[in-house]
Amino acid sequence: MASGAPLDVQRIRADFPILSRQVNGHTLTYLDNAATSQKPTQVIQSLVDYYERYNSNVHRGVHTLSIEATEAYEDARGKVQRFINAPSPESIIWTRNTSESLNLVAYTWAEANVGAGDEIVTTAMEHHSDIVPWQQLAYRKGATLKIIRETETGRLDMEQAAEFITERTKIVAATHMSNVLGTVNDVKALADAVHRVGGVMLVDGAQSVPHMPVDVQALDCDFMAFSAHKMLGPTGIGVLYGKPEILEVMPPWMFGGDMILEVTFEDASWNDLPYRFEAGTPNIADAIATGAAVDYLAELGMDRVWAHEQQITAYALDKFKDLNGITLLGPREVEDKGAVISFSHDSVHSHDLGTALDQLGIAIRTGHHCAMPLVRSHGIISAARASFYIYNTEAEVDILVDGLNEAEEYFSKAGIL
Amino acid sequence: MQSGLGDLDELYQEVLLDHYRNPRNTDRLEEPASEVDAVNPFCGDEIHMQLGMDGERVAKISVSGQGCSISQATGSLLTEIVEGKTPDEARALRELFRGLMMGEDLTDDQLDELEDSVALQGVRRFPVRIKCALLSWSALSDALDKVAPAG
Ligand SMILES: Cc1ncc(COP(=O)(O)O)c(C=O)c1O
Repeated sequence: MASGAPLDVQRIRADFPILSRQVNGHTLTYLDNAATSQKPTQVIQSLVDYYERYNSNVHRGVHTLSIEATEAYEDARGKVQRFINAPSPESIIWTRNTSESLNLVAYTWAEANVGAGDEIVTTAMEHHSDIVPWQQLAYRKGATLKIIRETETGRLDMEQAAEFITERTKIVAATHMSNVLGTVNDVKALADAVHRVGGVMLVDGAQSVPHMPVDVQALDCDFMAFSAHKMLGPTGIGVLYGKPEILEVMPPWMFGGDMILEVTFEDASWNDLPYRFEAGTPNIADAIATGAAVDYLAELGMDRVWAHEQQITAYALDKFKDLNGITLLGPREVEDKGAVISFSHDSVHSHDLGTALDQLGIAIRTGHHCAMPLVRSHGIISAARASFYIYNTEAEVDILVDGLNEAEEYFSKAGIL
Repeated sequence: MQSGLGDLDELYQEVLLDHYRNPRNTDRLEEPASEVDAVNPFCGDEIHMQLGMDGERVAKISVSGQGCSISQATGSLLTEIVEGKTPDEARALRELFRGLMMGEDLTDDQLDELEDSVALQGVRRFPVRIKCALLSWSALSDALDKVAPAG
């Protein structure tokens, strides 16, 4: 496939059975991709294949099925490794989702390395999953949590970041891309800053890994967390990438089968990476399907995925300019902004908008987006969000905009504007 | 079959819109007998409720908050039927309202007791919005428990 050529969106759409579904008498317009993406036939089929042909436990048996399952499972790890350019397969730990990956770091590395008086730096743009574990850690340890604010243009205040990252900083936890504002943060600069003071950099990649080329070595982050379900993969599986030299000395947090090397009645020793952090029978089927999702994205090319999303975001930002009563959250221009557009209406609550759009078969997210402090800092308690992916078209942006106009008209007649 | 927004009329009844535009009984009470903040964790909608008691009865009720039309209008509508009731009578109303949301068949007399709140019947067809309609009623239940623990 020629790199640089635009995505063949119609061909891509044919791979997603759900996109032909009817909702309330309309063909589905799915614009809730930041919450979870849809799944192509290739991913669905890989789940079916596993259960129909080689379902078996991994790392245990000598029989054929177990060997095949183990191979496919480890193969998928390798695919994820190459997808984010991690240095080795051992640096890829399977978890349940981004939230579990972030908690894993909080309960292992941070539990061992953050103490009273130390500082944890995070940002005003974080998902609850990347705030609450740090708040709890700070309570447990008597550490201080510092929050880098958002500037008026919806960017991270990098001057404040420079001020906040000091000799006391043990860890900086920041989202690569905001699930509300779409802002893409310069996590490399944060990594450089925290490395200068001897701390570590944790990146929440839940919104970046599915949508743009991500190279963990180029970013020089120490940890990166993401979820398969937002990148064409199944629910119930996520990834924690960690630099091998850090993982090597990090204490385990869950104990059981697979994570041990040797057990006596009195004691146990730990297995090698990455198994030390994967206690019990893992989510084999979903790991393998994540490999299929990564294959699908790699085949498209992440630079082309990003280019497609930039184009659709620019188109949507432009169309939104003509809408009445709508205020956008986050950057108004497409530079360093992913395919997420959050907005509030001056007088119609986002739920009422969401219900109206659903009548037209349009799926958007409404509410606080698991980022209550961020949404509240914009003087609102709830926002609507449209987020796009590889299968979305400009025609769907038009459907959204027409739907918003129709809703505006409806609520204006209802007298609540 | 293409449908526009016409089906929304069932949800957005005129009585509801009226209470959303002009919520009743929003003034804060000076010395409430009980006070509750309720938040819907899924969407962040907020209801602040205060009860003023006169002996056994709810003499005054104040509701304010932020959120969607359904959650806010329900709070306002609720004040109109709860004022003057005893805690047990108010709890019985809550059960009726819950029944209405859950699609139970209420008798005409029961519907009469709910007065204008019956306008929320249409919410049933929009299941995700039922929790919006129940927010104020669960705030009421908590507020009542503070003045008169349920028997
Ligand atoms: C930026 C960000 N971080 C973390 C998460 C949490 O992901 P999960 O629910 O898969 O754990 C999300 C998902 O909504 C997200 O957008």
